[in-house]
Amino acid sequence: MKLKSNIAISDSGFIFDPVSGDSYTLNPIGKEILSLLKGNKSDKEISDFIFEKYDIEESIFEKNYYDFIGMLSHHNLLEEL
Amino acid sequence: MEKLKYERPIINKINAGVPDKFGMKVRTQIMPKIENHSVKELIKNYGSPVYVISEKIIRDTYKEAYQAFSTRYPKVQFAWSYKTNYLDAVCKIFHDEGSWAEVVSGFEYNKALSNGVSGSKIIFNGPDKSDDDLEQAVLNNSFIHIDHFDELYSLIKISNRLKKTAKVAIRVNMDAGIYPQWDRFGFNYENGEAWNALNRIMLSENLELVGLHTHIGTYIMTASAYGVAAAKLADLAVRVQKKFNHTIKYIDLGGGFASKNTLKGAYLPGKDTCPSFDDYAESMTNALINSEIEPDKLPTLFLETGRALIDDAGYIIGTVLANKRLANGRRSTIIDVGVNLLFTSFWYEHDVLPAQETSQQTEDTTIYGPLCMNIDVIRAAIQFPLLQKDDNFVIPRIGAYNMTQWMQFITLRPNIILLGVDGNVHVIREKETSETFKNAEKMPKHLDKK
Repeated sequence: MKLKSNIAISDSGFIFDPVSGDSYTLNPIGKEILSLLKGNKSDKEISDFIFEKYDIEESIFEKNYYDFIGMLSHHNLLEEL
Repeated sequence: MEKLKYERPIINKINAGVPDKFGMKVRTQIMPKIENHSVKELIKNYGSPVYVISEKIIRDTYKEAYQAFSTRYPKVQFAWSYKTNYLDAVCKIFHDEGSWAEVVSGFEYNKALSNGVSGSKIIFNGPDKSDDDLEQAVLNNSFIHIDHFDELYSLIKISNRLKKTAKVAIRVNMDAGIYPQWDRFGFNYENGEAWNALNRIMLSENLELVGLHTHIGTYIMTASAYGVAAAKLADLAVRVQKKFNHTIKYIDLGGGFASKNTLKGAYLPGKDTCPSFDDYAESMTNALINSEIEPDKLPTLFLETGRALIDDAGYIIGTVLANKRLANGRRSTIIDVGVNLLFTSFWYEHDVLPAQETSQQTEDTTIYGPLCMNIDVIRAAIQFPLLQKDDNFVIPRIGAYNMTQWMQFITLRPNIILLGVDGNVHVIREKETSETFKNAEKMPKHLDKK
């Protein structure tokens, strides 16, 4: 899973896709995950980071994480594999 | 180190557009308690979903409505509209506050009797009254509101046979300046049909004309329409007085007041736009007081308000079953309350409020009920907080019609509880079981093979 390199992320969770011109907002956890993706972290590294920091069951995060990745893909923000 | 509170990660596309001139709502309202009762505790004790009715809100709303009318007009009588919510406990609260009963079927009529309402305090409306129903109503001195000529002639026959005077009114339909004009009930004012019916009644030996009734529509947003209706009925009362020297005892202006729910397609929320009881009262009572009716012959004003008296007192609380993505990326949330339990979601944009803390993050969401049926949509588009499976929610303002027009479809009907003014929770209708349904079924012998 890799974020397109040209996607800009601001500190406040605002992101901009210069190719489509579309912009998006993220909630704080969404922003953290996107920053980790931008840093080329693996799914496991991202999960470990979230479990360390947040009070959440593994199965719930897994569902939410893949739903989130699905939305990034839906908005064409990920590199095609 | 203590871990932080988690919420689901989301990404929302920013769509440029014209903002609402009143700005966006900035905070998501949550509702962890109804009065002093925790929503989660109620669900734990009475199941999910469960209807909740507040006795305090019923009584407060009734008092507010009664005050609006009684401070403007000398003689006012409310009659509780059974079809709006005919749970016995609810009816008894209204009767305890002073309401008579307004019924539209033999079933409702007998319910009112069994709730201890005297026959002489029952108003019998509607197009479907059997001969047996009419006979019972005549014998009990109830006020029978005649809907059509066939009923009028049945009643003449029945009252002659019983040799007993029936107390009657006619339902009048009219152009009160609103759309759609309801003309399927009663006799028309403008084409003279209502006047014909009144003449026929006045010439009948065993019918006593006591009142005039109209019900101009439902969810009427224009209070002035009631003034037009009141003036037209007052005109008929004056003509009856002149021609027959007969005084009409009451004018019944029905119901149809809007509740604070928001209709589908409305630009602004219902709570900001619907008229108050004072607005309706002002319009009706001005028209009656300013009419040609002599002051010492002013009729009692009857009101059959249903929706506006009970909607705010009802809630349905439930649980999130699942979250999904639709093919276009849109979020959908499935809850355990469907259109079978929330019939009014076909025309209202009901609020759906989380019952636990959420952040202010929302996603554009479609909320579906649990039925395996495509039209089971509670909200087609709502900015909804990030609830997870098993989270709870409250849908407020559902007291009118949902507990009478509900459907036994796919699932069974749940418990209904009353939050009493005594501080206790009372089950006022038990949830249905498979036996409830099975007991009414019969199996033909040839199919009853093991």
